[in-house]
Amino acid sequence: MSLTADEVAKVAKLARLTFESEELEKFAGQLGKIVDFVDQLSEVDTEGVEEMAHPLDVDSVVRPDVVTEGLSRDESLANSPSHDGEHFLVPPVMAR
Amino acid sequence: MSDPAYELIVGLEVHVQLSTQSKLFCGCSTIFGAASNTQVCPVCLGLPGALPVLNAEAVELAIRTGVALNCEMATFTKWDRKNYFYPDLPKGYQISQFDKPICGPGYLDFPDPEDSASMLRVRLTRAHLEEDAGKSMHDEAAGKADSRIDLNRTGTPLLEIVSEPDIRSAEAAKAYLTELRLLLTYLGVSDCNMQEGSLRADANVNLHIEQNGTKVATPIVEVKNLNSFRAVERALKYEAKRQYEHWQKTGQTIDDAAKQTRGWNDAAGVSTVQREKEESSDYRYFPDPDLVPLVIDEARLEAARAGLGELPGASRQRLRTEHGLKPYDADVVTSQGRAMVEYFDQLVSAGATAKRASSWVQQDVMRTLKEQEWEVEQFPITAPRLAELLAAIEAGEIDNTRAKEVFQLLLEKPELTSADAMQELGIEAVDQGEIESLCQELLDENPKVVSQVLDGNAKAVGALIGVAKKKNPNADPRQVREICLRLIEASR
Ligand SMILES: [Zn+2]
Repeated sequence: MSLTADEVAKVAKLARLTFESEELEKFAGQLGKIVDFVDQLSEVDTEGVEEMAHPLDVDSVVRPDVVTEGLSRDESLANSPSHDGEHFLVPPVMAR
Repeated sequence: MSDPAYELIVGLEVHVQLSTQSKLFCGCSTIFGAASNTQVCPVCLGLPGALPVLNAEAVELAIRTGVALNCEMATFTKWDRKNYFYPDLPKGYQISQFDKPICGPGYLDFPDPEDSASMLRVRLTRAHLEEDAGKSMHDEAAGKADSRIDLNRTGTPLLEIVSEPDIRSAEAAKAYLTELRLLLTYLGVSDCNMQEGSLRADANVNLHIEQNGTKVATPIVEVKNLNSFRAVERALKYEAKRQYEHWQKTGQTIDDAAKQTRGWNDAAGVSTVQREKEESSDYRYFPDPDLVPLVIDEARLEAARAGLGELPGASRQRLRTEHGLKPYDADVVTSQGRAMVEYFDQLVSAGATAKRASSWVQQDVMRTLKEQEWEVEQFPITAPRLAELLAAIEAGEIDNTRAKEVFQLLLEKPELTSADAMQELGIEAVDQGEIESLCQELLDENPKVVSQVLDGNAKAVGALIGVAKKKNPNADPRQVREICLRLIEASR
């Protein structure tokens, strides 16, 4: 198994998720298997192969600097669980 | 110890909002001050399925800035996701540039605040494009009510300019930022309005302390929330003192403590601890699959270099070498921006001497602009017209005091020529003979002044100048003084 419960706990914290300790063990096993699976790629000899930045062989797609119509305020707030008609509302956060 | 036993080491990260019409990856407007959440769309709200498309103008402005900052420019650059959670970041990641920034190492030279004749250099690590986050408004008093989020700013293009830790004083930090702002406004890439958040600075600060012949470094602190140049200067002075005292108390060095983030509270004049800085890898940067790389060819960079025009450094240099201005004067004129340098150039090419043009620009023109809150472009007196006035002073047709009256009249009636304005004020050149007889008359009426001057008190002649002015408002005080002294000498 390539992942420890501590590593899973750290990643979970970054993702703002909380787990019980038995869950951490369980996910360490499951996630570890995924990492091991992907890790098979490291068996390929990539010596001298240029790093790829994007799977598509396309570059430099740009648009002109022109303002286009977006959403109305009502539309933009429509799916928010909490708003005051002008702003999205979120539980109090400390000022950064 | 009067001399601090430490050296202040500062690097600055400056976020500059680029002057595009639309956002970095969507067509929403970037105009400041709109009603909240009215400049948003599925892309900048991070709605599922929305796809970003790069704004060509943001790239152009970043290239212009990079070449002006002497950066090694990337010919291949790409986009990465910087992952973190905060309510003003709707996607849960910021599109930024991690390992292939658009602008590589460069440098900025600027006048040394200690000595305007010499220059300081700050090396730049890199400058990269990224999108801004939204704005959170907190209930500061109670901390209990919900925070309100406005996403109008989300996705606005920023260029983050990162310096090496080459800055050695709070004054130098301010001078660096001042020059950077001047350069960016010369380039027209940003309005650099700090009140509107178009230019924001964070500082990485620590101290090098000499101890028993070895150098000890204090832990690095990142100071955020520096919203004015004055705040930068104050925060750095505060931080230097704080770190020195902390080191004296604890002996903690860079090896004992992780990098700390502190927020500057300008009203209170103190900084306070913020969250411990997350490790860089905790942002889990990875290439953004929604965006293809950007290739910039050499010809495009060359064109950008060719189109820069005269930058502040070159302008200062030219005002000194071609026009003979003192370093201080060249700096003041240059610091007013490109339009003021052009106005100065026009004055000189219309016949004003550089010295007089510089002095009038710095005093009368700049004062008027400040009083009226005008930009140079709005200044009503054209350069050729002001040059006529300056030429009249040069030719001795009018003295400085009366010239200022003409200047005032021209401000009110910019359609007048200087000659018309002088005529309207009843100013005419007084011929030498007329002044001589006026002076002789005054000396005859004031034998006491004459004897005082003969006794070696040349200053006594000053009493006559006011009287001369009253008799003939066009009499040049300096001329009256000279002639009176000459006549008294001749009478010995
Ligand atoms: Zn948008």
